[in-house]
Amino acid sequence: MSRRQFPRPRLTSDDDTGCHVLHVDMDAFYASATLLDHPHLRGTPVIIGGGHRGVVLSATYEARAFGVSAAMPMSRAVRLCPTATVLPPDHDRYQAISEAVMAVFAQVTPFVEPLSLDEAFLDVAGAIRRLGPPATIAATLRDTIADEQGITCSIGVAPTKFVAKLASGLAKPDGMIVVPVDEVVPFVQQLPVGALWGVGERTEEALHRLGLRTVADIAHTPVETMRRALGETGVHLHALAWGRDERTVTPTRREKSISSDETFAHDIDDPQEIRRRLLRLAERTSARARAAGYVGRTVSIKVRFADFTTITRATTLSQATDVSREVYAAAVRLFDALALQRARVRLVGVKLEGLVEADRAPMQGMLGEPDHGWREADRAVDRAGARFGSGVVRPASLVGLSGRRPPPRGGRA
Amino acid sequence: MKFRVERDMLAEAVTWTARGLPTRPPVPVLAGVLIEAAQDGTVTLSAFDYEVSSRIEVAADVAEPGTVLVLGKLIADISRQLPNKPVEFATDGNRVSITCGSSRFALLQMPTDEYPTLPTSPEATGTVAGDVFTQAVAQVSVAADRTGTLPILTAVRVEVSGDKMTLLATDRYRLATREITWNPHSSDVDTVVLVSARTLSDTAKSLGAAAPISLGLGSAAGGNGLIGIEAGRRRTTTRLLDGDYPKVSSIFPASSDSEAVLSTAALIEAVKRVSLVAELHHPVRLRLSDGQIGIDAGAGDDAQASEAVECTFTGPDIEIAFNPHYLLDGLQAVGTPYSRLSFTQSNRPAVLSGQAEADSEADSSYRYVLMPVRFGG
Repeated sequence: MSRRQFPRPRLTSDDDTGCHVLHVDMDAFYASATLLDHPHLRGTPVIIGGGHRGVVLSATYEARAFGVSAAMPMSRAVRLCPTATVLPPDHDRYQAISEAVMAVFAQVTPFVEPLSLDEAFLDVAGAIRRLGPPATIAATLRDTIADEQGITCSIGVAPTKFVAKLASGLAKPDGMIVVPVDEVVPFVQQLPVGALWGVGERTEEALHRLGLRTVADIAHTPVETMRRALGETGVHLHALAWGRDERTVTPTRREKSISSDETFAHDIDDPQEIRRRLLRLAERTSARARAAGYVGRTVSIKVRFADFTTITRATTLSQATDVSREVYAAAVRLFDALALQRARVRLVGVKLEGLVEADRAPMQGMLGEPDHGWREADRAVDRAGARFGSGVVRPASLVGLSGRRPPPRGGRA
Repeated sequence: MKFRVERDMLAEAVTWTARGLPTRPPVPVLAGVLIEAAQDGTVTLSAFDYEVSSRIEVAADVAEPGTVLVLGKLIADISRQLPNKPVEFATDGNRVSITCGSSRFALLQMPTDEYPTLPTSPEATGTVAGDVFTQAVAQVSVAADRTGTLPILTAVRVEVSGDKMTLLATDRYRLATREITWNPHSSDVDTVVLVSARTLSDTAKSLGAAAPISLGLGSAAGGNGLIGIEAGRRRTTTRLLDGDYPKVSSIFPASSDSEAVLSTAALIEAVKRVSLVAELHHPVRLRLSDGQIGIDAGAGDDAQASEAVECTFTGPDIEIAFNPHYLLDGLQAVGTPYSRLSFTQSNRPAVLSGQAEADSEADSSYRYVLMPVRFGG
């Protein structure tokens, strides 16, 4: 979902020769996927998100017309669009659809670089002889996904990743744009600087201060000036402004981290209660790591205060782990080291980083450890959760805390 | 205050006193060395950081007794660079002047009234040969925890019972223990103290191996929560760690199935070479069978290395993997030409001990228990 809308530049042809990069982005993915189970809400404003303190995960285009956008606090979204139906997210469903969509991509080309559940880059250079020109491949993909999954997507077709991503954003919803090789430079240079990949609000402000408002302005600024003003970012932006993007579609990005966050229904200042939430998040993060077959050496926590200032702290363990108890112990050490004086906390998160595959990770044994330790206990909890719904076995201190996640539908072994 | 002292004596004393001074102390005066000149011709240098205190006496011609506090690192640097001539110290207003031959230094005095009082050394509980103690401390402190995850494991556990002293340290991955004989002043002494491994090994090293070392063990000698370690004119106190050291007796394997005796140096060399290809946190594998240990590291697409070392081997063949650093720590600490490695199973701890000759009796005064590495999943 693009942050900002830009006027769509004019293109004079749709010649797709040399445009081997596709950026496929599902339209309002979480909203469309949720509506599959609520077909009567189609065509009405719907917001997907949790609780009045949560944030908007996604919204239908009808709700977006009221100004609702992703990552907006739920309370604000509801005020903007009081008629909207609010539905809770169903992550298992999204995961399943995403996997099905990625499987469709994999039939076209092995060069698929997923960016998230709902978007991916495809390099179709090797598929042209088999499946036809890129625009044809893109059209086929859009039809296949709509037929099989019942949701729409938008595709940008261009010679480079960055232009393809721009194009898919402009094609939304349910559209396709081909940016021919010859038109990349005029296409890009018509845009405001904020459209460039990597230009957030800060960089945009910095560029505006320099009097650079359009991409053409950047293109016609000497590269050395850009370097002085913005460092390497400046050089990079200059290259992008001429449509140059060296990045190739890199398949299968390895998961770099696994994390879980929780925004509290009400700010919490009781450290004991926060530790309890950390325990639940540590359990969740570790369970996900175990399910994915990863162990990690770095544990980090995120703490957002009532005033939205956010801090993160990380610690590296002497060896990689996926044991809930060890992740929790590290998270609590980090939290206690903050020595908060009953500060009001809005959100906490627990992240496991430096992931390596568990079966390749050496585990230094510990003297006097029992044959069946916490690691084995975690495995048993995971198996019980897979059979009877996650959270059926949990630490006693979490029993009073209602689970946020419903049991997964169907059994997962 | 005014005194004259030999340059070498001064340099040695100042260097020793200032060795552990913090560069950025919590209180500025703690970066100082306290110099006290007494009428009887002794000058005492002291340093203290609330954990460790060090005191040394040197003989000097004291013209005028007095006390000054000066920046420790600075005076240590100066005294090392001075020409080999008598050095004269004198107070001069709020400065201390140091004159040696034609060089002259004026250092700012630090406020002595803000300097904490040094703890009194506990009364000596007994003495031990310097070389034995220094070696024993070095042998066990390799196994102490350095990460500080569990503060109690940063300690060396020192247990005395009659004339037997047992030092022990573990970081839960390995455990090192050494038994030595010492001379207690009273035969019924029986106590356990916990001392930070880092400070204990620094102190033992700094006291040198030559002279006998006198130990005052905390509560046994009435010194509250302190251990006093002294050698000659050098006296130190170290704060003891509080808490219960975990029970470790069950960690020692009751028996062993396979045993290998081999040249310590040969195994060290081989492990060092092979571990060059082991990625961070990855182990070296040992394959023991009749007459040799095969050592290898690396797997799959990564670089690989292998090597073999001769050994005398008894018992069933075994394959076991270790963190190479932990293995080397033990081999380098054992201190004997031959090592004996005892195993039960490849997921059970192995025990390393020393041996003077390939065919002599096992020497179990030092034992290094090492937990192997296994692969997860």
